[in-house]
Amino acid sequence: MLQPIQTDSAVSSPPPKTPVIQLDRLTVCFGRREILGGLTVSLTGRTIGLLGPNGAGKSTLIQTLLGFCPVSSGTGTIFGHDIVRATRQVRALVGYMPENDAFVAEMTAVDFVGMMGEISGLPREVALERAHEVLFYVGLGEARYRELGTYSLGMKQLAKLAQAIVHGPKLVILDEPTNGLDPPARARMLRLIREMKESGEMQLVLCSHLLRDVEETCEEVLILKQGRIVHHADLAVERSANQRFVDLETVGADAGFAAALAGLGCACSVSVPGRFKLVLPAGFELKEIYRLAGERDLQIRHLSYRRDTLEDIFLKAMEN
Amino acid sequence: MAVYKRSYKGYTGVLTPPSSRFLILARYGYARLMRSKFVVIFLAVCMFYPLACLTYIYAAHNPAFLARLSIPGGRLPPVDGRFFYLYCNVQGALAYLLTAFISPALITSDLANGALPLYFCRPFSRREYVGAKLTLLLGLLSIFTWIPGLLLFAIESNLSGWAWMQTHFWIATGIFVGLVIWIVTVALLGLALSAWVKWKLAAGALVLGVFFAGAGFGAAINEVMRTNTGTVIDLTQVIHTIWSDLLRYDAGIDMPVTTAWIALGTICVICILLLARRVRAFEVVK
Repeated sequence: MLQPIQTDSAVSSPPPKTPVIQLDRLTVCFGRREILGGLTVSLTGRTIGLLGPNGAGKSTLIQTLLGFCPVSSGTGTIFGHDIVRATRQVRALVGYMPENDAFVAEMTAVDFVGMMGEISGLPREVALERAHEVLFYVGLGEARYRELGTYSLGMKQLAKLAQAIVHGPKLVILDEPTNGLDPPARARMLRLIREMKESGEMQLVLCSHLLRDVEETCEEVLILKQGRIVHHADLAVERSANQRFVDLETVGADAGFAAALAGLGCACSVSVPGRFKLVLPAGFELKEIYRLAGERDLQIRHLSYRRDTLEDIFLKAMEN
Repeated sequence: MAVYKRSYKGYTGVLTPPSSRFLILARYGYARLMRSKFVVIFLAVCMFYPLACLTYIYAAHNPAFLARLSIPGGRLPPVDGRFFYLYCNVQGALAYLLTAFISPALITSDLANGALPLYFCRPFSRREYVGAKLTLLLGLLSIFTWIPGLLLFAIESNLSGWAWMQTHFWIATGIFVGLVIWIVTVALLGLALSAWVKWKLAAGALVLGVFFAGAGFGAAINEVMRTNTGTVIDLTQVIHTIWSDLLRYDAGIDMPVTTAWIALGTICVICILLLARRVRAFEVVK
């Protein structure tokens, strides 16, 4: 007998503004070794990047969220469901693409993805139909009747992605999805992740040590180091937060303008006439630049802050 | 989402009840096993002895048929506890062999390529996973063990009359309990040992090896220590003791029935512990 989805609290849509993932002093220990130490954070972004060097605890955090690792202390929730007390409800909402090989070599892709859909609760016919659809969606349509053991590494990654989304989860956790992929396969994987984000049907957690992958796809980042959160930020806000570096373009006679800026404490370099690169001192107000330009009858045509790259943000977090 | 649209769409339909989802894994496993000609042929071979027993029961109740076969005395030995003890021996051995062949295929393919996290990241527990594999194994083993055994008992009852069935009902109980206990034990043993070896061939050899090693070590202990305690690790002796007790037939085994039950229970508990240790989403390295 089939149950209407509306009556199953496990798969109900998250209420508005409920954090996707919320951690409160979450600690995980393996034996006496503390792997995750007192993580407290609330993640709300549509695509969340989980960054950190190798051994930072990214995969352990994911496994803890899925209920694979016992929580030593603290709490964690996914869409408001406790990861310890309501593991089954959490798992009903989540699709997971693990980092390592994960498949049954003797099964065809369509059987494997269909079986995973059925185990997630899809009726048999629906699971088979959606297995075909997601395999076409990820680009394995023509190879869907081949045994998974015969797939290349890139195809296996795509098959893992297919099984993670076959049941239409609200949150998809991707652990190092571009690991071992060649550049075209990597680009394809990132395009799929962006498409899934833009579909608005799901939220994504992308765990990677490749900054470029996260930069290309994520809105929010959580940086871990040695099992602790060293940085958490909205990527767009963070990129524009560093307002010390300024690019300036002027039109007019700019003789002495650079010297005047230096007199206000700015480090200034002129690459070509009319183009200045400034490093502003702490507490500097931009109106001072406009005042100086006004005094010299200079037109300011362009003034912009140089955006921090994710690499800048990451390196700063690591230094901290 | 339609195939031609190539765009992702979530699922908002109905879900199946969680309680029956373990059967999905059993169904897929069954389909994979039945693709193997060897398994199909083996299952067919396993039905030969029950058919032979059926012929025997028919012949035992058909004097004209016996006369045509020129049986001395015109009678066959009666269908009793000994008859079904022999039946349990033959079918039990076949059950062990089939388990050794198919249990590695059920579990090692998941372990070899790390598929377990994919099962357990869904609303599907380790208990359901083991339950699914056990259901499949027990289902297959039942086809040629206790089910035909009870059918033979029913046919004999039909031919011998109501009074015979009433006085011999303990045989039916013995067949059912004895063979169910046996197939549960071998299924647990097969799964537990397969879970620890990633290669199918090695896993199968290990399952068979435990059977012979137990007998060998048991005999060696008995010889060296000049006791009879080594018999408890001989799976054959243990189950024969239980069958002979249940079917009221003296097989000449010098082992207390309680000891046999304790030994069998211990084996099952060890297998469950081995499975619990191995069947998990990932390994914790402490």
